[in-house]
Amino acid sequence: MKMLGAEVVIECLKAEEVDIVFGYPGGAVLTLYDALFKTDFPHILTRHEQGAVHAADGYARATGKTGVCFATSGPGGTNLVTGIATAYMDSIPLVAITGQVGVSLIGKDSFQEADICGITTPITKHNYLVKKIQDLPCVMKEAFYIARTGRPGPVLIDISKDVFNDTLDFVYPETVCLRGYRSLFAGDSNQIDLVIEALEKAEKPVIFVGGGVNLSGTAEEVRRLVDVTGIPVISSLMGLGCIPSDASEHLGMVGMHGTYAANMATIDCDLLMGIGVRFDDRVTSLVQNFAPEAMIIHFDIDPAEVNKNVRADFKVIGDLRWSLPLLCEKIAERNMGKEQWARADWVGLVQEWKREKPLASSLPAGGIRPQAVIEKVSELTQGESIIVTDVGQHQMWTAQSYNFNAQRSFLTSGGLGTMGYGLPAAIGAQITLPEKNVILFTGDGSIMMNCQELATLADNGLPVKIIVMNNQVLGMVNQWQRMFYGKRYSHSSTKGCTDFVKLAEAMGVAGLRVTKSEELDTVLEKALKMKGPVLIDVLLPETEDVLPMVAPGGRLDQMVLRGIIG
Amino acid sequence: MKYTLAVLVENRPGVLTHISGLISRRAFNIESIAAGPTEEVDTTRITIGVEVEDEFELEQVVNQLSKLVNVIKIANLTYVDSIQRELALIKVRANKANRSELVDVVEIFRAKIVDVNRETLVVELSGEESKIDALCEVLTDFGIIEIVRTGRIAVSRGPVAAKDM
Ligand SMILES: Cc1ncc(C[n+]2csc(CCOP(=O)(O)OP(=O)(O)O)c2C)c(N)n1
Ligand SMILES: [Mg+2]
Repeated sequence: MKMLGAEVVIECLKAEEVDIVFGYPGGAVLTLYDALFKTDFPHILTRHEQGAVHAADGYARATGKTGVCFATSGPGGTNLVTGIATAYMDSIPLVAITGQVGVSLIGKDSFQEADICGITTPITKHNYLVKKIQDLPCVMKEAFYIARTGRPGPVLIDISKDVFNDTLDFVYPETVCLRGYRSLFAGDSNQIDLVIEALEKAEKPVIFVGGGVNLSGTAEEVRRLVDVTGIPVISSLMGLGCIPSDASEHLGMVGMHGTYAANMATIDCDLLMGIGVRFDDRVTSLVQNFAPEAMIIHFDIDPAEVNKNVRADFKVIGDLRWSLPLLCEKIAERNMGKEQWARADWVGLVQEWKREKPLASSLPAGGIRPQAVIEKVSELTQGESIIVTDVGQHQMWTAQSYNFNAQRSFLTSGGLGTMGYGLPAAIGAQITLPEKNVILFTGDGSIMMNCQELATLADNGLPVKIIVMNNQVLGMVNQWQRMFYGKRYSHSSTKGCTDFVKLAEAMGVAGLRVTKSEELDTVLEKALKMKGPVLIDVLLPETEDVLPMVAPGGRLDQMVLRGIIG
Repeated sequence: MKYTLAVLVENRPGVLTHISGLISRRAFNIESIAAGPTEEVDTTRITIGVEVEDEFELEQVVNQLSKLVNVIKIANLTYVDSIQRELALIKVRANKANRSELVDVVEIFRAKIVDVNRETLVVELSGEESKIDALCEVLTDFGIIEIVRTGRIAVSRGPVAAKDM
């Protein structure tokens, strides 16, 4: 059957079982939007293309499915850039479809022309420019295949306006032919035997989990591993949720704002087994000083991650869905007790660290402790929620204080650290998981970067609860200025006329405010029970530091534990 | 340390952009890059000369390049017995007085003169990079107007092709 190129796109989406797209129309995609209209394909109109791409990202993180967004040529495409880079850094499967000017206009600086393939080359797993309709079905098939297989990532398809208007006898290819693309599943199982031998010899082992576990959905295997061996676990920001935050073996997040126990264990351990991690500098600090005593084992799907930042003594390359079950199986075969895998003196020592210096607030009594807000929400939701954050102090406090207990329950921009990610990502997650509580912790700075999406939230009746951790400062910047720039608070205050409650109300979102600590619990309880979207503006003291903190370049055991507030 | 990589890529639009984009993003130190068609119509071969600190950095270059969707195969030709060549065209000042001296130099290097006029001539030389460097050095005395070099290409000795290594 002859079909328009625009209709071909929709048919391909159906074939890929895409159930919704996020997007924003414009000249180069009018035919595509006409096809949406005619087919009634589910689409959410965000209020900015950045909102669309982050929403597709939130959808993908919460479910593991591939998120899809549309934008027009030129500014539509360039508005996607931050969102694509965000997804790329955190390995999120995404397909972004942009319109491009007509074929004969490409390269002529035509109206709304931008070389979006050139622009996104360093921030996509792959990208395509489609100038002939004959290529379209194959490109769509490849794009989805590439986005979700192997190490996932965003793929951009730039489609010339002419292609949407051209016609084709549509057949969706059943297979892809990519000579140069290898998406590895199983690796070398001998390596796993070597890992087990090393584990047997180790006296002070630590398991370090990261985003790869969330992405591959292998939290259960990690939990099994920990249950059987009792080996202490540390987590990267992206690995939170793989193991319950309050599990006794869990020492917490490691790195710049890691817990005392997790950071001390990293310095002291003699074996560190990284699972789906990439040893980011926010985790390692100076790499030379990272886990200096330890033999490093690295499980990852991407061979290029091994030896990139930290040298590995053993590598197990392959999908965690292959390696972790095999590891668990082989460990079970050994029939060894916990005390043989994780010796009592080591477990005792890490537990001692945990008790000795739990997370603490340096705040004098009086104001609302930011951590208390998160703890209360944690208590009210019992870990049964999708927690989304923006970027800044509130993000770190959420990572530290919320009790996560499910994989894919914590959506945050880790690698790129994108302020403005939170609200649209929460929208994407809530759309695909309507039964879940979706809660966004944001800041007075971050919420303003994409606050236009409050309209999308309200107009789609999505019951996301937004908690603005309103310290009236760009808190994380403020903290660095306090600690490293002689308290010269250059342009880091947001104090002004903005009223977040009114802002919410103006867009059709209910607004509540908490100014005193006595009100906190009741307002939060009330807000979480409300049916529709709610924004809660929580007024916090200006100066509170995220602690512990390892100064940039410092060693993980050189933590600032007490603030220099004042 | 310098390495030579033979990179076989699918001959698709944008493939060179992806390669150069990756090199710039990862800040790899590439000294030469030469691309051209091969015995297979849809395959392009790129010879990349890369300078790295150590084997770990080389491993990164290879692994990151391998991840590009259109990269089919990478063979490290550094340690295999191989032939490495570069082609150079050098435009030099030449007048009546020094032309014969120039011709002698060209002969010593087994280069060729491929264009002559009253003021200049063009010398063509293929060989290892060091040989071309040496010729350029000598020709400096005559006055070089411009140098064009292809960047090195390499092929292994013996019957095995890079794609089968
Ligand atoms: C798009 C973007 N611009 C700038 C930054 C740098 N930055 C990191 S945290 C931060 C402050 C965030 O302020 P707010 O949202 O109020 O959070 P708080 O730290 O106060 O909790 C800034 C400006 C960033 N991460 N992202
Ligand atoms: Mg703030």
